[in-house]
Amino acid sequence: MASLVGSRVERKEDGRFLQGRGRYTADINIANQTYAVFVRSPHARAKIKSVDTSKALKSSGVVGVLTGKEIAEDKIGGLIAGWAIRSEDGSEMKVPANPPLAKDIANFVGEPIAVVFAETLDEAKEGAEKVKVDYKVLKAVVDPADAMKSEAIHDGVDKNLCYDWLLGDRKAVDEAFAKADKIIKVDLINNRLVPNAMEPRACVVDYNTASEEITLYTTSQNPHLSRLVMSAFGNVAPENKLRVVAPDVGGGFGSKINVYNEEIVCSWASKKIERPIKWVAERTESFLTDTHGRDHVTHAELAVTNDGKFLGFKNETIANLGAYARVFGTVTPTYLFGPCATGVYVIPAAYSNVKAVYTNTAPVDAYRGAGRPEATYTIERLVEKAAMELGIDKTEIRMKNFPTQFPFKQTLVHTVDSGDYVAGLEKAKQMADYAGFEARRKKSEANGKLRGIGVSSYFEACGIAPSAAVMSLGCGVGLWESAEVRFNPTGQISVFTGAHSHGQSHDTTFAQIAADELGVPMENIDVVHGDTDKGTFGMGTYGSRSLTVGGIAIVNACKKIVAKGKRVAAKMLEVNEDEIEFKDGEFVALKSNKKKTIGEVAFACYLPGQRDEMKSPIPEGDEPGLIESSFFDPANFSFPAGSHICEVEIDPDTGNVKVEKYTAVDDFGRIVNPMIVEGQVHGGIAQGIGQALHENTQYDETGQLMTASYMDYTMPRADNFPEFNLGFTCTHATSNPLGVKGCGEAGAIASPPTVMNAVIDALGGQEISMPATAEKVWKACKAMKKSNAKAA
Amino acid sequence: MTKVTLEVNGKKVSKEVPDHTLLSVFLRDNLNLTGTHVGCDTSQCGACVVHVDGKSIKSCSTLAADVEGSKVTTIEGLAKDGKLHPMQEAFKKTHGLQCGYCTPGMVMSAVDLLQTKKNPSDQEIREWLEGNICRCTGYQNIVAAVKEAATKM
Repeated sequence: MASLVGSRVERKEDGRFLQGRGRYTADINIANQTYAVFVRSPHARAKIKSVDTSKALKSSGVVGVLTGKEIAEDKIGGLIAGWAIRSEDGSEMKVPANPPLAKDIANFVGEPIAVVFAETLDEAKEGAEKVKVDYKVLKAVVDPADAMKSEAIHDGVDKNLCYDWLLGDRKAVDEAFAKADKIIKVDLINNRLVPNAMEPRACVVDYNTASEEITLYTTSQNPHLSRLVMSAFGNVAPENKLRVVAPDVGGGFGSKINVYNEEIVCSWASKKIERPIKWVAERTESFLTDTHGRDHVTHAELAVTNDGKFLGFKNETIANLGAYARVFGTVTPTYLFGPCATGVYVIPAAYSNVKAVYTNTAPVDAYRGAGRPEATYTIERLVEKAAMELGIDKTEIRMKNFPTQFPFKQTLVHTVDSGDYVAGLEKAKQMADYAGFEARRKKSEANGKLRGIGVSSYFEACGIAPSAAVMSLGCGVGLWESAEVRFNPTGQISVFTGAHSHGQSHDTTFAQIAADELGVPMENIDVVHGDTDKGTFGMGTYGSRSLTVGGIAIVNACKKIVAKGKRVAAKMLEVNEDEIEFKDGEFVALKSNKKKTIGEVAFACYLPGQRDEMKSPIPEGDEPGLIESSFFDPANFSFPAGSHICEVEIDPDTGNVKVEKYTAVDDFGRIVNPMIVEGQVHGGIAQGIGQALHENTQYDETGQLMTASYMDYTMPRADNFPEFNLGFTCTHATSNPLGVKGCGEAGAIASPPTVMNAVIDALGGQEISMPATAEKVWKACKAMKKSNAKAA
Repeated sequence: MTKVTLEVNGKKVSKEVPDHTLLSVFLRDNLNLTGTHVGCDTSQCGACVVHVDGKSIKSCSTLAADVEGSKVTTIEGLAKDGKLHPMQEAFKKTHGLQCGYCTPGMVMSAVDLLQTKKNPSDQEIREWLEGNICRCTGYQNIVAAVKEAATKM
């Protein structure tokens, strides 16, 4: 039987999505439901003097109004930070309380203050307008660079500083810098982004008065984790009385990892008002309250020799956490960022220092890549600048500093198990026709255009593991993943996974690997996820972990099925277990060539007996049934890597940047479904180009979000992109039995520096910040013209 | 309240709704045709695109009462007799969708493009789809799907 792993299998999930049969949270309606509308702070920082709900309560159709007072009285817990980070001086990070409904103070525009439930959405909206909140407006802290000098916004958080973290050795770095021929310096802003999953957040809650069970349908990337947090910290309901279902979810990109205020409030309130509740965010609510991404201010330096060898690296970053520390908010700028900031290079000495600050803006958390795009942008800008200043070819300087031996002990934390960075860059150069660039540049020049080429080589650390290591670094949970494989009596198989698909195609990929392991057609396999009442506990999907962690749990559970099947088949065929071979779904007795299919074995496991004879196929010590589970905790992260090359053409008259060519060569280890992996890379690159050229989240000085709709926030459209040219190299991961590496974030990690390096190349080395909008580029072109004229 | 009568996916429907009911709300809440999605409320994202009398429009910024008497086709009405429309087939074949949220609008918009222009170039496809935002795919396989469908329609 041909292996399904490695095949471009069409997706099992497409049938429902293409016919409008997807079942997203907002598609769910429950009889007798009420509609929730939240009253949100219009101010970035304001004391809440009073909340008057009396008029709202009398408003037509209003069923109830709840505020921070009631939620505090009921001792419902707040939102949490998932990782405890320690400062360089050994002190623990400072985390302010984050109640689901603000009672005394509001800390960002959009923070929920109260909620109105009504019979119809219109009535809920009208009721919400009648809630009167008396605010005392305070001066907001908005700019992360100024936060430490500003008034503290949270009690007990001096200088608005959550932590001042260090990774690496300052002394060793100083010594390395003293030996350098040249110090390359960059000052970078990693622009704040809004993840913008196309499905706005939503929740529907149904409280069962008989069983006292709450069912929460929600737009989550990790329903089990949401339940754990809501039970353990939120005090909403015990875990066995809380069912969290994340049905079809329309994209996440990190913004749907967190348990949000609305989910906690509606779950708690549904029990209180004894009615089902439906809440669906409008797009502007999503902009205001979804966790945002990036937002770093960085100064970094690279110590180099004249012949282009890297000696040392230092990175001083201010990371904006927004108003509160959330689930991955504190780890994203530290352990997900710092270790990767030395990139794919041998750099003998390095440190990363990160100061995470609170501001009166929406909380900042993981967004596709989480820390690694910021890291890659830092080092790859430095490397490109080093090449330019030293007059060395930008690919040559990279090759010169790549490790060639694996495992590669990276400077700060990671031991990278496998890779071949030279092969990746060589292949990218060839595919991009790197050698032919100068001719293309001249051609553009003849047409009055500026052409630039940019390179970026990256590695990233995803599928965070093992649990003992991540928990030792402050993570609040283990990052294993679970699976359960249920071989049903009639041959259909349900594969339960704790991972969650919101675009990643698990229905297909996981069925492919299970089908290969069990030797059954893929059509016989259903992948079940997203419901805490179905299957075992799981950690969810983020950080490119689903396949490398969750997929392996499925493989391991399948192996247990086969192992038990072998014992049962041996008894059925009356041979010893070691005389049985399992191949293509059949247990074969090697000597006699008698066989039992896995379906027959499964059937026998459930119906272990026969008429007229007292005989069981179940060996002594085994039990009936054929269900196995696995909790997989990998020995290490997985380390995808690659090199991307981009060519841009700039029209100096308009400042318009056109991405002419984009080549990506990635190493994801063994690839299960090339079609799906290519799709992941396309999407990642597009988001990265979005960051580099289009997207920016802009608050004004009072903390009002100026880019709170698609009219103001530039989402990349189809005509912003060329056709991406993808290639792959393959070195197998050694940390998992499939040899796979994560692929979901790589595109978004590699592409921003690739594009910016190309833009800056076209601008003759002139620094420009992301996003390189037409306005900024036009100004840079004008400045270039002026300085050229001066030189002439 | 207004009585709105439409022919939706070949079936005549008539509902009494508030005057300000949007077509997207009418389809989703009154007819339970939840394949039409709402992604932005400002007619930018295109997840809500349906056909009214054969032309693609954004149902989130159209009043149901305004299209009184029209023939409306939603994503649910595209497949005929259990057979996917060539555009749906093409999206499946080229992996033109991931999370599926923008997909209904994207497919409805793309079908209208091919009704308007038989064999559009890559650039023409990209420009036509300017009113449909996808966050997952980077659009590449969507463009491939439209080209694939163009060979079948």
